[in-house]
Amino acid sequence: MATAVSHEALVGGTLGRQPAGRAGFAGTVRSEFTKIRSVRSTYWTLLALVLACVGIGALFSWGQTERLLRIEGGRRFSGGQVPPGFAAHIANEIRSQAASISLFGLLIGQLIIIVLGALAITSEYSTGMIRTSLTVMPRRGTVFAAKGVVFGLVALVTGLVTSFLAFFAGQAILSSQHVSTTLGQPDVLRTVVGGGLFLAACGLLSFGIGAMLRHTAGAIAAGIGLMFVLWILSQFLPGPPSGWFGQADIDKWIPFNAGSAIWENQANGLHPFSPWIGFAVFGAYAAAALVGGLVVFLRRDA
Amino acid sequence: MIEAQGLTKRYGDTLAVDNLSFTVEPGRITGFLGPNGAGKTTTMRLILGLDRPTSGTVTVNGKLFSRLAWPMREVGALLDAKAMHGGRSAHNHLLCVAQTNNLPSRRIGEVLELVGLSEVARKRSNGFSLGMGQRLGIAAALLGDPQILMFDEPVNGLDPEGILWIRNLMKALAAEGRTVFVSSHLMSEMENTADHLIVIGRGRLISDCTTAEFIAANSQQSVRVRTPQRDELITLASAAGATVRDDAGGTLVLLGLTAAQVGDLAYENRIRLHELAPAHASLEQAFMELTASSVEFHAGIPAVAAAAPQSVHAGEVG
Repeated sequence: MATAVSHEALVGGTLGRQPAGRAGFAGTVRSEFTKIRSVRSTYWTLLALVLACVGIGALFSWGQTERLLRIEGGRRFSGGQVPPGFAAHIANEIRSQAASISLFGLLIGQLIIIVLGALAITSEYSTGMIRTSLTVMPRRGTVFAAKGVVFGLVALVTGLVTSFLAFFAGQAILSSQHVSTTLGQPDVLRTVVGGGLFLAACGLLSFGIGAMLRHTAGAIAAGIGLMFVLWILSQFLPGPPSGWFGQADIDKWIPFNAGSAIWENQANGLHPFSPWIGFAVFGAYAAAALVGGLVVFLRRDA
Repeated sequence: MIEAQGLTKRYGDTLAVDNLSFTVEPGRITGFLGPNGAGKTTTMRLILGLDRPTSGTVTVNGKLFSRLAWPMREVGALLDAKAMHGGRSAHNHLLCVAQTNNLPSRRIGEVLELVGLSEVARKRSNGFSLGMGQRLGIAAALLGDPQILMFDEPVNGLDPEGILWIRNLMKALAAEGRTVFVSSHLMSEMENTADHLIVIGRGRLISDCTTAEFIAANSQQSVRVRTPQRDELITLASAAGATVRDDAGGTLVLLGLTAAQVGDLAYENRIRLHELAPAHASLEQAFMELTASSVEFHAGIPAVAAAAPQSVHAGEVG
């Protein structure tokens, strides 16, 4: 295709004179929002997040109703309905944890938001886009902040939507055995909002790791290791020798345990941190990753 | 105007750019020439602030690149055809680039038209050929209507039509008074396009002069002669100060005399000539000799390689 070079267009066409001020945060935020909404992987990943959290939460809620039905030797009540007042202590236990039960899918959802958080920054490096991004906007602190804010907002909104959808789906299933709860019950709203906050913080933690490692696979592996593997290990490693300090003193600092304090039930005694303190600790981990990512982003050659 | 002062970049043990000082003047095409690995890309990355110099400074219009108020309105750069997310459409790529500098989105249509990509504006760029990717990169560079344009090896891998297109574009940009700074490892390419040449090898400055000066200084004139009285002519020419090289096939190559001088010399001494032809050593050869000591990895280069046309990968241009 031979294209004549038209001088009018080169001269700038409709582009006016250079305005006052300088390229800054607002324009870069708009740019980053365009970036995140203009690639398909964003939508697929967010869809996967919603489906995983709602689906697994629904499955787990159904499992709890079955647990109630099959109490005492696996015998199932005819008609699939427990008699009123039957196994009241079990029913009460489920009811008290109904919000957390419906959010059980967040255990997997965190892994998906980790992928999205890492990709938000590592894809710039894997595609080579970073060279263009920093050439048109060389103020790196501004680019990092805009990227973080845009991803953080997308993660927060999606996290909250996911958490509420999972809650309502789970309660609909639990209500079949009258063990559901409502947003008006004590701590329930905090739990559901907390689920959204937790997902957003997971994403930002991964975003920070991604900025430090600049490598998609490495960042995802590190994020999953930190959130998931560390938590699994903490479940079956022996505690410290008696007389030092308690197992719980270590466990509560594990990122998943600290972060999930805000949406997991407190009844099982696994969370020595209160919900907001635990989340603050987790937020501090995410902040540390973001600061580390910013330092690397500012200093290393792109 | 781009000004480098003692620019140095070290990667571990490798000195990629070594105390480089030069000025890229406005209103002309400045060729940035050097063999592969000479440090051309690194220098361009240092100008754009993608890499931080180990020492020295480089400024654009008197400022560090990162301090420019509206970078896209002052500098447009094409570093490579792949500096984009392949999953994004051409239009969206240009949109996210334009938004950083508050450029109006109607400008996107203009530059897409200019580079001939309007029809594929909504197509994702991972389906683009190298030539189309190159054009999209150029479209992004032109978005802000900048006074300074930088192209790193823009014709690499393009088909002849694409090469011609880029060459004409650069000339049109320079004719408008813009600063065009373009790198290449091919002397033949620069010979046709650049007004001024900055030649580097192993990160060091080798030459900084106009293309005409470079050609005059580096293309040695020679005269090819065939004669049945070989020995007599060799004696006479040597006495007249020429360097004589015995070429294959019975021809002599005389250096240091013009064709007219050789003809006169033969006539005055009754020497019959069967062939008399002036010849220029190719600039490519001059460039290779100039940078021979600074090539990073030597390969056995056969003499004909310098004259052979560079084979180009024929990328489909959209």
